[in-house]
Amino acid sequence: MRANRLGAALAVALTATLAACGSGEPTPQSSAAPQSSAPAAQGPVKLTYWTWAPNMDKIVDVWNKAHPDIQVTVSKQAGGDDAAAKYLTAAKAGNPPDLVQAEYQHLPSFIAADAVADIKAETAAIQGEFTEGLWRLVTLGTEGVYGIPQDSGPMMLFYRQDLFDKYGIEVPKTWQEYADAARAVRKKDPKVHLGTFSSKDPGAFTGYAQQAGAQWWSIEGESWKVNIADEPTRKVADYWSGLVKEGAIDDMPYFTPEWNKALNDGKLLTWPSAVWAPGVLSSNAPKAKGKWAAAPLPQWNAGENVSGFWGGSSTAVSAKTPNKAAAAQFATWLNTDPAAIELLVEEAAIYPAATKAQSALGEAPEYFANQPDFWQQAAAVSAGARGFTFGPNVGVTYNAFKDAFDKAVQNKSSFAEAVQSMQDTTVADMRKAGFQIAQ
Amino acid sequence: MAGITAATSHRRRSRGPAGRGSWGIAPTALLLLGAVYCLFPVFWVFIAATKSPGELFSTSTLAFGTGFLDNVEQLFAYRDGVFWLWAGNTLLYAGGGALLSTAVSAISGYALAKYRFPGRNVIFNILIGGILVPAVVLAIPQYLLFSKFGLADTYWAVLLPQILHPYSIYLARIYASAAIPDSLLEAGRIDGAGEGRLMARVAMPLMVPGMVTIFLFQFVAIWNNFLLPFIMLGDDGKFPLTVGLYTLLMAGANQPALYNLILTGAFLSIVPLIALFLTMQRYWRTDLSSGAVK
Repeated sequence: MRANRLGAALAVALTATLAACGSGEPTPQSSAAPQSSAPAAQGPVKLTYWTWAPNMDKIVDVWNKAHPDIQVTVSKQAGGDDAAAKYLTAAKAGNPPDLVQAEYQHLPSFIAADAVADIKAETAAIQGEFTEGLWRLVTLGTEGVYGIPQDSGPMMLFYRQDLFDKYGIEVPKTWQEYADAARAVRKKDPKVHLGTFSSKDPGAFTGYAQQAGAQWWSIEGESWKVNIADEPTRKVADYWSGLVKEGAIDDMPYFTPEWNKALNDGKLLTWPSAVWAPGVLSSNAPKAKGKWAAAPLPQWNAGENVSGFWGGSSTAVSAKTPNKAAAAQFATWLNTDPAAIELLVEEAAIYPAATKAQSALGEAPEYFANQPDFWQQAAAVSAGARGFTFGPNVGVTYNAFKDAFDKAVQNKSSFAEAVQSMQDTTVADMRKAGFQIAQ
Repeated sequence: MAGITAATSHRRRSRGPAGRGSWGIAPTALLLLGAVYCLFPVFWVFIAATKSPGELFSTSTLAFGTGFLDNVEQLFAYRDGVFWLWAGNTLLYAGGGALLSTAVSAISGYALAKYRFPGRNVIFNILIGGILVPAVVLAIPQYLLFSKFGLADTYWAVLLPQILHPYSIYLARIYASAAIPDSLLEAGRIDGAGEGRLMARVAMPLMVPGMVTIFLFQFVAIWNNFLLPFIMLGDDGKFPLTVGLYTLLMAGANQPALYNLILTGAFLSIVPLIALFLTMQRYWRTDLSSGAVK
């Protein structure tokens, strides 16, 4: 009996679902229709934009109101390495969005896959808005321009001001001083570390290497040169390797509950990070608000002012879009128009790539209210930050970093070997993918 | 009859442990261990969902927080209530997909079990082979295929690939051959029932417990599926909860992370699953036992 009743119920539900699916059918059709008819019809140009920046839909609304002929739809995606993989897959399948947020390190893989358009002609007028170092990240040192810089992440040293006072430590100006301070802290309180080396964050290590002057990839004519195990990178690796081995600093990875707890409890005194760190600290270590301060990253040679980048992204135009000019026009507005940048800073909380906008930033982030000149500090660091050309398979290199450094940290073995393994894995993968490699 | 069944099973159960001696505790302990292993993460999500952002990393892992209602409120307000849209999508994908999949599996399983036709074994062997191919491997080829048909980034792109599920068909076939006596079908044919009528009136009612199993399996699988919708869908208005919550997690480092919303969202998204199991379980058990004493 019961079986029968349930059977009937299932059957009813089944027909209901089928009907629902039937009525749902027009939705995909109607959303597909304007796309196909857009180029031919007189109506407004419709663009789709994949981004993960918060509140981008609000910023785009401002554009849409002012430009009835170019209507942009934001589709908020998950950021990170998966976003790049998803975009590449969509481009390969022939249905990418018209515009995409592209992290600097992933842009070369988009270019290698012919997934982004060269917008040199459309961006000739705005090159001067950005520093040369940032502009190189969207040209890779070639003739083309493959994106417009949106935000950047120059690296700084964040430290616990109150605990530095407590332990009587000066803010380190060089990496040598940083190492000495790390040992001093251990002597004063064995439960506390000055910092930690994360084997899970290749972005941070890349920034350290950039600061030291590394050039992991370069383009020579038709072929790539890969030099990840170069002298500056080995110097950086040896430095951290030594500190981790002697226990002067910790080896817990960033962005883990354990790390959050250490930040909250004052067990970690510094975090060499990028200018976006206030956002992370305010959510992961809310208790320490007002106790952190920012300083320039320690230098390799006293008196210098160089830094590297951790993070940052650009707006790129899909190679497949039928509305390249309109897309480039929107991307230019978004990243260079003063009103748009103001919205980006306010709504999306980015650190703008445009030079003028960087110096125009006023009030310090709430978490750093104790440091009113926060943005001036950041602008000074940003002026001396240098990046390098990323290769077409950064994802592979970054995974190789995680594998090799995880092992090195666990076995307390040398980081130099891990760097060599990154180099070998990267070259092998590029050969397999058919890139020409110059020796 | 149900009373008799209950009585016998009760008597048997009460005699069991005594007869088997002291090591009868071991299986129970093992099961308890398994239950703790499976339930503890759920419990953790529930505790974490009650913590305000400030409490999340600073209070003890197993201490309840004070921010549950705030979290829920914030979650529902996030991007004008996009959580509800995602929840609706998930329900459509999981409910619709599981119903369609159950229907396809039951009919195919019944046909494979009760009819002899050329190619039957070939089809069945291909299906068995299909069980060995994980769905994850197929996601990208399916995406490229759907893109060719212009179906990528539509509701169908997530529904269709999950309807044909080899393991469910296998299960339905096994269940049909055990639960539907050939003599019953013969009797029906002699009485003049057509094949369609036989299936609808005789076979399907007998297969209901098996169908409930398939439905639950598929519902949970689709509810939790991440990779397929992640690849198939570009428009965030069509995302299911899994992919939607992931966009909260990976929102870049510029803004304070939304851990409290993600945890609350994850917790709320498993509540319907728990409710479904508690309600469906009843049909499941009674039908299996009523079949067993026939």
